[in-house]
Amino acid sequence: MAEASYPEDLRYHPEHDWARIEGDEAVLGITWYAQDALGEVVFFDPPDVGTEVSKDSPYAEVESVKAVSDVVAPLSGEVTAVNGDLADAPEAINADPYGAGWMVRIRMSDPAEAEALMDAAAYGASLEDGS
Amino acid sequence: MTDQGEEPRKTPLHAAHLEAGARMVPFAEWEMPVQYDGIREEHVAVRTHVGMFDVSHMGRIEVEGPAAVDLLMATLSNDASAIPINGAQYTLMLDAEGGVVDDLIAYRLGNDRFLLVTNAANHAGDLAILGAASRQRDAFVRDISADLAMIAVQGPNAREVVGSVLGVGLPARNGIRVDQIGGRPAFICGTGYTGEDGVELMVQPEVAIPIWNELIDAGVVPCGLGARDTLRLEACFHLHGNDLGPEIDPITAGLAWACRTGGGYTGAERVEALRREGPGRKLIPLVIEGDGIPRSGNEVLDGESVVGVVTSGTLSPSTGKGIGLALVEANLTEKGTPLTIDVRGKRRAARVSSKPLFS
Repeated sequence: MAEASYPEDLRYHPEHDWARIEGDEAVLGITWYAQDALGEVVFFDPPDVGTEVSKDSPYAEVESVKAVSDVVAPLSGEVTAVNGDLADAPEAINADPYGAGWMVRIRMSDPAEAEALMDAAAYGASLEDGS
Repeated sequence: MTDQGEEPRKTPLHAAHLEAGARMVPFAEWEMPVQYDGIREEHVAVRTHVGMFDVSHMGRIEVEGPAAVDLLMATLSNDASAIPINGAQYTLMLDAEGGVVDDLIAYRLGNDRFLLVTNAANHAGDLAILGAASRQRDAFVRDISADLAMIAVQGPNAREVVGSVLGVGLPARNGIRVDQIGGRPAFICGTGYTGEDGVELMVQPEVAIPIWNELIDAGVVPCGLGARDTLRLEACFHLHGNDLGPEIDPITAGLAWACRTGGGYTGAERVEALRREGPGRKLIPLVIEGDGIPRSGNEVLDGESVVGVVTSGTLSPSTGKGIGLALVEANLTEKGTPLTIDVRGKRRAARVSSKPLFS
């Protein structure tokens, strides 16, 4: 999508990742800002289902024509699903970062960690301040 | 190098890049566009139609005088005396150990007059070496970088568009033409860094933006440094700092053809010794067979042993495969040789390929 957007129903990590919390599970991905900074994504290297991811640590790699970047987990838990469609169509991360561009689903090991994440307004303000 | 906090330098086309919505990045001392709408689109435009690059950040040096040829023969590896008037030549500046200080294009404007185009990051060093050599000789070395903006128009339709839109005569491929654009003096060069036909225009800074805009109106796609890198890598052109440098001599880099025999230039003894002995490693083009994109610094393996290192790597926008240049042990450089690339812990099967990497 061409225009910056930060949906109200998501929680945001300062490393430009989002989490959509659904009960004791969460869907994770990268923000509009992150995909815009990367440029055209050409490769997504996901973790295996069953992998434990931990908050603030890398769990996957996303690669554009010019660079490779780690994707940082906004929350801890066990991977219960990965978005297999991204293998053939990684450009969905650019086109629809909060929808078709989702990366993994996790079962949270510590749902209280979500308290430390930002809401859309705070994340938007952080982009205006420093980045 | 720029001091921390110093303002980046801006080319005469800087305002046009901002207006077009380019993403600007620091490059050498400059602020340059890395992309406009996207690297892949820009890349494909150059391969199939025509794109253009602001390359004003590159250095331009004029060498003139009765001893101009002698000066260039002493400081550059190729045979400057063999360049015809209005011709161009790829050449190298070496250090005494045969390391590559810079790779340049030398254009011959007259019997005793040359124009050199340098890499932005190496320009000041080149200028110092040429200036020192001029002090013992009847020749002048002048930095004319700020007197000219430079636009590379590249692609199968580049010549036709430049000829019709700007109303200028075109140089021979690998030549230079001294002409005018819009009544202003200009150099029109039949050179480039993409593997496509095209021209490079050197024009006065005041007319750079109007010329750029005329070309945009004619359908030429503005391209950034991102596409410039993927295009040159597909064409297997060296990037100084990656595939060439003080630690990578010309024989290892496959540039023996740019080093004349008979010596007489800085670094020649080492080049001749390497030519006789053969290099321990050679630069090869490679293609990844499945998923994965090689990147500069990745180790190259033969079985479990480390046999080399990737110097440049990317995803080829033309073929969709991971491609790169790598320095590998000289006995593993035959086309088709299987190699393994360690891409951040993942083993990726690759093969030694041949130039270019886009077909």
